[in-house]
This record gives sequence, structure tokens and C-alpha cells, in this order.
Amino acid sequence: MSTVRVLVGTRKGAFILRSDGKRERWDVDGPHFGGWEIYHMKGSPVDPNRLYASQSSGWFGQIIQRSNDAGKTWEQPGTKPGEPTTNPDGSPMGESNKFVYDTSSATGKPLTTHQFYDGTQHPWEFKRVWHLEPSLKDPDTVYAGVEDAALFRSSDGGQTWQELAGLRGHGSGPQWQPGAGGMCLHTILLDPSNPERMFIAISAAGAFRTDDGGNTWRPINKGLQSQYIPDPNAEVGFCVHRLAMNRSRPNVLFMQLHWHVLRSDNSGDSWHKVSGNLPTDFGFPIEVHAHEPNTVYVVPIKSDSLHYPPDGKLRVYRSRTGGDEWEALTNGLPQRDCYVNVLRDAMAVDTLDSCGIYFGTSGGQVYASADAGDHWAPIVRDLPPVVSVEVQTLP
Amino acid sequence: MIRVVLPFHLRTLARVDGEVELEVNGPVTQRSVLDALEARYPMLCGTIRDHVTQQRRAFVRFFACEEDLSHESPDAPLPEAVASGVDPFLVIGAIAGG
Repeated sequence: MSTVRVLVGTRKGAFILRSDGKRERWDVDGPHFGGWEIYHMKGSPVDPNRLYASQSSGWFGQIIQRSNDAGKTWEQPGTKPGEPTTNPDGSPMGESNKFVYDTSSATGKPLTTHQFYDGTQHPWEFKRVWHLEPSLKDPDTVYAGVEDAALFRSSDGGQTWQELAGLRGHGSGPQWQPGAGGMCLHTILLDPSNPERMFIAISAAGAFRTDDGGNTWRPINKGLQSQYIPDPNAEVGFCVHRLAMNRSRPNVLFMQLHWHVLRSDNSGDSWHKVSGNLPTDFGFPIEVHAHEPNTVYVVPIKSDSLHYPPDGKLRVYRSRTGGDEWEALTNGLPQRDCYVNVLRDAMAVDTLDSCGIYFGTSGGQVYASADAGDHWAPIVRDLPPVVSVEVQTLP
Repeated sequence: MIRVVLPFHLRTLARVDGEVELEVNGPVTQRSVLDALEARYPMLCGTIRDHVTQQRRAFVRFFACEEDLSHESPDAPLPEAVASGVDPFLVIGAIAGG
């Protein structure tokens, strides 16, 4: 029988939730890395026992952790004890938590400043890894989206990281600016039909696409609107919260923007609103059903100032029509006095025949539905605030 | 032998209990102690001082012999009591209260 692993990153550690294909009874394993923020944890599609985790702390910075046994044991894939940590010239050797922006002229002359909250230019400063996206082909290749926004790649299982500098080198960097959570590259979508194509999103710069394996990038924000950006043709500056795709139809993308849900039918070349009858236009996560590419999920949140569900009711909204027409899914979710938030990386689907969907909240609950959202139940209720949720479906 | 006390989270990361004892060749300074610490526990690289600039991370402080050494030159000699192993070199996560 198939099994499911739910990888949960929280403000105070990582948890791994395991169940069989019925998804009724769950084992809770954790905390791993207790006391550290786990922004994201994800498994390799090629080798599901290979997990990567982003562990960070405001005091001690960024750590990358790797597991080769599905989270039973973890290691930092860096320099082994006893080996030199510096090169012969005295410079530090590449360690697994070393993310250094590319400033070489040979790789695109990357920009060195972006727009800060007060409108002045501010130097790029590495803060943390928000999202890890393992390659679809190679368990040792993994991408990292970081704050301040940039994309890094490791081809040695997370031991060393190199920036894909063409993204910051696009030329629009001085117009990128941090959202409330920081200037983060939070979404990385790999196109399963085209290994040269990937999509990323930055808050608040917008969405970008590469068609040459990450060497060059172009913004894909046509059709996005923001009330604070009067120019309807602005190329960047948008607070994209999340992108989602169904693997069977990678040219169709869905976006939760700061305001409104949008859809693109041409790989991001243009977007149109599909918010329809949603109760609010704000939210963070967006997901697509594993087998029904027109079935989309969002969690509407009340305004950018409040960040909690409208009317104290936690509702997932589902569209079976690719947007515009939405239904509230409430069965098993709290419908009174609920004021939690659901962050952008905290929703995921499994690939079982009856598609399961999962999300975590700022109140420490992880909810699961084994029937595409019709019925919900908490797997756990009292974890630390949940930052990210990923799901592995195992044969 | 130089004694180093790490904060809880770095002890967990380095998988050590209690104090760390290090051999330091040459002058005993912040830099030589941290070099020796990172050589023995490479997982600590980047957690106490920046990978590239080698500057102390903003929320990390250094103390020894009841003195705040955080703002001393990394190449200044540490107190004799640290160099002789009588007192430990303390790496502290900067937290004021709960």
C-alpha cells in the first residue's frame, strides 16, 4: 500500500508526519533541529529518501541539512571534520551553508543594490533560504531561493552553492523591494516537460521565467495590477505570493498575488484575474489538484493588514473550473473564533488516486483532507507556528 | 589547551556536550581560537562569523574573564587566563531577557 510523508517546517523545528494510503492514522516524528526555524524541507523526486532542509536562526544564520534515510538521520553536507576549511590562499572553502552572491563580471555583472522600504537603494545581504527545490532528474542537484532575493544551485548534494546570477543580472534589480516578510525568492517551479525552463517568484519583484536553464531570465508579469504601481505596463515591483502548476499542463500557471488570484495559459506571458467570488482578494498559498489541472485551492485571508481568515472561519476555497467560480470547503475546519494564518509554502497535495491536500497554520495545526478537500481533519493541533508543508507520496 | 563554551544551539549543531577544548598554535587571539574551532567543527563555519568578511555575526558576543571582548580586534591577544586554559572563552547568543 502507498504511504504518505508530510514534511512540516515550523518556527521551532521540523516534523515528519507519516501515514498509509488511507491517511487516517498518523505517526508524528520530531522535532528535528529543535529551537531552529525550518523555513522549508523537501524530498528529491528521484530519491525520496533524500531530503533537504533549510534551518536558520537570527543569531547563527543559515544551515543546510540533508538526510539520505528519509529523515531518520541528518547531516550538514559540508566539509568533514579534520579537513581544511580554507583554501590555500586563505579564503574559506565552500561549505553547505555558504551562500555568496556572485559579483564576478564574467557571469552577468549582477546588481549590487535593490530598493529598500524607504525607497533608497540598499545592498544585497544574504539572510536565509526560503525554499529548496530538488531537481526532477538528479538527487544531488537542488535549487535554493533565498532572501535577499536570488537563486542558487548546488550540484553536489548541497555541499556548495553557486548563484544563477543571470536573474539578478536581468537589470530590474534596483526596482525590486522587500515585502513585509523580506525580499525573498519563495517559489521555484521546474517544468517537467522542458528541463531548460523554470519559473520563480519574488516578493516584491514579481515572477520570472528562464528558458535556458537559468542563464537568462525575463519578467512574466503582464496583466498583474497593484494599486501602488500606477503604471499598467510595469515590468516588475509586484508582490507575488505564490505560483502553482499541474505537472501535466506546465504551460498553465496559477498565482496568488498580493491582491487577487490570477491565471496564465501561456507560461506566464500574460495573466488574467480569476478571483471570481472569493470572499477576499488576499492570501498566501495556492495549489493545484494532482490529477485535475483545473482544480485549484486557495485560502483567502482578510486583507494585508490583518492576516487572518474573514469572519473567524477557516475556509479553503476550491475552484473546479480553473478559477472564477469558487466553493468554500469547511467540513472539519474551525468555523468560529479562528484567527490563524496559512503561509505561502504551507500547502501541498499528494498524488494518490484520491488526491490528498494538506496545509499548516500559524497556530500549529496541520490539516489533511484525503478526498480533495471535501472533508478535513487535523493531523496535529499543537505544533509551533507552521512555515512550510510538503508531501511525498511513496509507492 | 584553550577552553571554549558554546551556546546551546551551536553545541547541538556541533554535537558536543559541555566545553570544547582546542589546541591553538601561536598567539591566542579571537581569530586563532575561532579558526581552530571551525577546523575541528566545520559545521560551525558561518554561524559565529561571516563566511566572507570573517566579521562576528551581529547577535553573537564574546566574553572571557568577566569582560566583553566582542569589540576587541580579532587579532588582539586574549587574556592570559584564556591562553593558559584557566578561564574559558565564551561565545554567547546576544539575548537580553526573555
